[in-house]
Amino acid sequence: MTTMFSGASNFAESVDRAFIFIFAISFIFTIGITVAMIYIVIHFSRKKNKNPQQFSGNVPLEIIWTVVPLILVLFMFYYGWVAFAPMRKVPQNSMQVKVIGRMWSWSFDYGNGKISPDLVVPLDRNVKLNLFSEDVNHGLFIPAFRVKEDVIPGYNNYLWFQPIAKGKYDIYCTEYCGLAHSAMVAKAIVVDSLEFKTWLADLKVVSNDDPGMAILKANACITCHSIDGTKVIGPSFKGLYGAKRMVLTDQGEKEVEANADYIKRAIIDPNGEIVKGYNKGLMQSYKDVLKAEDIDKIVDYFKKASEQK
Amino acid sequence: MNNQVSAEPLNYLNHKTGLWSWLTATDHKRIGLLYLYAITTFFLTAAVLGLLMKIEKSTIGPTIMTAQTYNAMFTLHGIIMIFIVVIPGLAAVFGNICLPIMIGAKDVAFPKLNLFSFYVYITGACLGLYSQFAHGHSPDAGWTFYVPYSAEVNSNIILALLAAFTLGFASILTGLNFIVTIHRMRAPGMTWFRMPLFPWSLYATAWIQLLATPVVGITLLMVIAERTLHVGFFDPKLGGDPVLYQHLFWIYSHPAVYVMILPAMGVVTEIFPTFSQKPVFGYLPIVFSSLAIALVGYFVWGHHMFTSGMSYESRWFFSFITFLVAIPSAIKVFNWLSTMYGGSVDLQPPLLYAISFIFLFTIGGFTGLTLGAVATDIHVHNTDFVVAHFHYIIFGGMGFGFFAAMHYWYPKIYGTMYHIKWAKIAWGFLFTGFNVLYFPMFIMGIQGMPRRYYDYDPKFQLGQTISSVGAVILFVGLIAMIANLVYHVRRGAKAPANPWHGVTLEWQVPSPPPHENFDEIPVITREPYVFDNPYTKEK
Repeated sequence: MTTMFSGASNFAESVDRAFIFIFAISFIFTIGITVAMIYIVIHFSRKKNKNPQQFSGNVPLEIIWTVVPLILVLFMFYYGWVAFAPMRKVPQNSMQVKVIGRMWSWSFDYGNGKISPDLVVPLDRNVKLNLFSEDVNHGLFIPAFRVKEDVIPGYNNYLWFQPIAKGKYDIYCTEYCGLAHSAMVAKAIVVDSLEFKTWLADLKVVSNDDPGMAILKANACITCHSIDGTKVIGPSFKGLYGAKRMVLTDQGEKEVEANADYIKRAIIDPNGEIVKGYNKGLMQSYKDVLKAEDIDKIVDYFKKASEQK
Repeated sequence: MNNQVSAEPLNYLNHKTGLWSWLTATDHKRIGLLYLYAITTFFLTAAVLGLLMKIEKSTIGPTIMTAQTYNAMFTLHGIIMIFIVVIPGLAAVFGNICLPIMIGAKDVAFPKLNLFSFYVYITGACLGLYSQFAHGHSPDAGWTFYVPYSAEVNSNIILALLAAFTLGFASILTGLNFIVTIHRMRAPGMTWFRMPLFPWSLYATAWIQLLATPVVGITLLMVIAERTLHVGFFDPKLGGDPVLYQHLFWIYSHPAVYVMILPAMGVVTEIFPTFSQKPVFGYLPIVFSSLAIALVGYFVWGHHMFTSGMSYESRWFFSFITFLVAIPSAIKVFNWLSTMYGGSVDLQPPLLYAISFIFLFTIGGFTGLTLGAVATDIHVHNTDFVVAHFHYIIFGGMGFGFFAAMHYWYPKIYGTMYHIKWAKIAWGFLFTGFNVLYFPMFIMGIQGMPRRYYDYDPKFQLGQTISSVGAVILFVGLIAMIANLVYHVRRGAKAPANPWHGVTLEWQVPSPPPHENFDEIPVITREPYVFDNPYTKEK
């Protein structure tokens, strides 16, 4: 009950009206059919009725139960369509946010290096989300706003809405995208416009981080490789540089030192050497995703991190 | 063995014995049974996977398995259920066993091709399972194999599509066989509109199998060309279009939904007149609604893709056509109710399953309208609402239709009768468990619970737990039903030729039927559902 009938966008009311219209008709018919069925089974039971009638059709009845449902479903189509059509007509003055979906996190890019893990939007302002995928198909779903659109590589999909109630709402990924699909969640936070301005001004520009760390964050490496030593999906980054590791290759097991070469190999050909205890095939090559100089920055970051200890 | 004089008259089960006589059988009834045993085995495997998934979801966070295992399980559950159990299901089992007898033929048009189809099916099923375990990577792309995920992560997509194609081939051959059988082999005097309605539904189904399945083959060729020659069809890195794949996938897989449900509609259409001792109400509307579903069903695939970024125009087009395809189903429901109205209704297990089919299919159908309207679909697309909807259609519809057929034709197939009371109790568990399992998923879907989620928000805890309890009840019912049926194959009371007092041809031959069904081909002189002298009538 938390999301249905507690809409927080301009679309919620008309979408919910379509829901109620379709559900009401469905409910009446389902109850009607069920009651009729139970009545027939009891009233015409073999115990009571030994003489079955032998009629086998009735044209006026057939016409009625073809035409009446036809009219009803055309109304359903109409309500469904008029509630949807405005979702494709983005107002000129909309604030634009670039949404990046990747396995398995969201980022919301407000421009000028201001990137947030949650979607913060000002109340009563039209917001257009431009949806981009870095890898596979994802789906951006904000139940409270009644909006959803797939995030597909190579497609410039979009959606828009106007938030009408302050609050914190769920964002889910609704196109299956692998291991941590159900963890690919974020929040949509609606604040008033003054709060939004302060929030955006205070939002740390990503490049203020160590450049290597910024790249790790921007590519969601840290979703699967923790920086604090916790075991997630891939091995942790903690104390990586210079450590000895047992890896599985096609030729068998061997020990390697995590030096610059190893880190580069692990980024470009992640399945060539799998750290013992982890699964193959979960990470794809970042060869075409990361530039060579970015990979160098990542290596520098790991080097620095190990020196700081 | 050779000299042993059997007390039983010769029938299709005992006219030849030994494993080899079964593996090389061309008798349509034996082939039907081979399918039945194969499909039951696969069904139970996939049902256990479903139960384990539900147990996993009974609590937040890991319960009995990891996310990787869960993802692999819903993938395998979907692949087995859809491609290996439900699509062939009714047509291959009861189509084979009943179609020739019901139209007064000694066998299908091409008995050897029929056996060949069975082996193609088994090959496809094995390929399907192999594709999921080859290369040591546990499969987790979902039964829809959407690219690019399926192509990047699971290198077995070619094998998986090859399996779908091979299974499709079995489907094409069976469809072709049935079309020719129905056109050429009806008994003398059986005009098109003197044909019973289960064969009519198989006829409509066969055309879909024949025309829609080749699309899978084309998709397979395109995927192979992309993976080996790097022709960019689907992969955006090669300039391809991932949404094109979705189109091709659903151009086959949506009509396939009607391959699943049409024969089930045919089954219950046979059951209502027999257990009411009254002719089918609206024979012609039922025939034409089957054909309409088969035809219009080709043009609605886009309703799976309203959020994919399809054009504005295609979104309203597919929504509009989707609403039109609802009408023939509604017509059937009203005609079924009217068939029982005024009859002498005997609530035996087959009818119990048939009326629960109407109830579950009605809920599945109406929630399908919610998914057909664009605005409401946008909200519930890819949530538990969709999962509940298609389980109501596929399990509540095709599954309960299959159980209805099993309880209806069982005495004909084996010549013995199952325990009636036991069957009704098992039905009670199945029906209750089904609704407790799937109904909460509608509510959670509306609240925003996405499908294919290993873990969930605490607000869904109650619904998930109720749903898991339902799964256990359902499973108990399933085991009780199967145990009753299996146990009484040999130990059940002997069944007469016509235990339910049906009027179609299969009830006029002995139980079990002889090898070639009829000693003399019957001559048909009137409509299929005439009860001149209902046996219940007070004399």
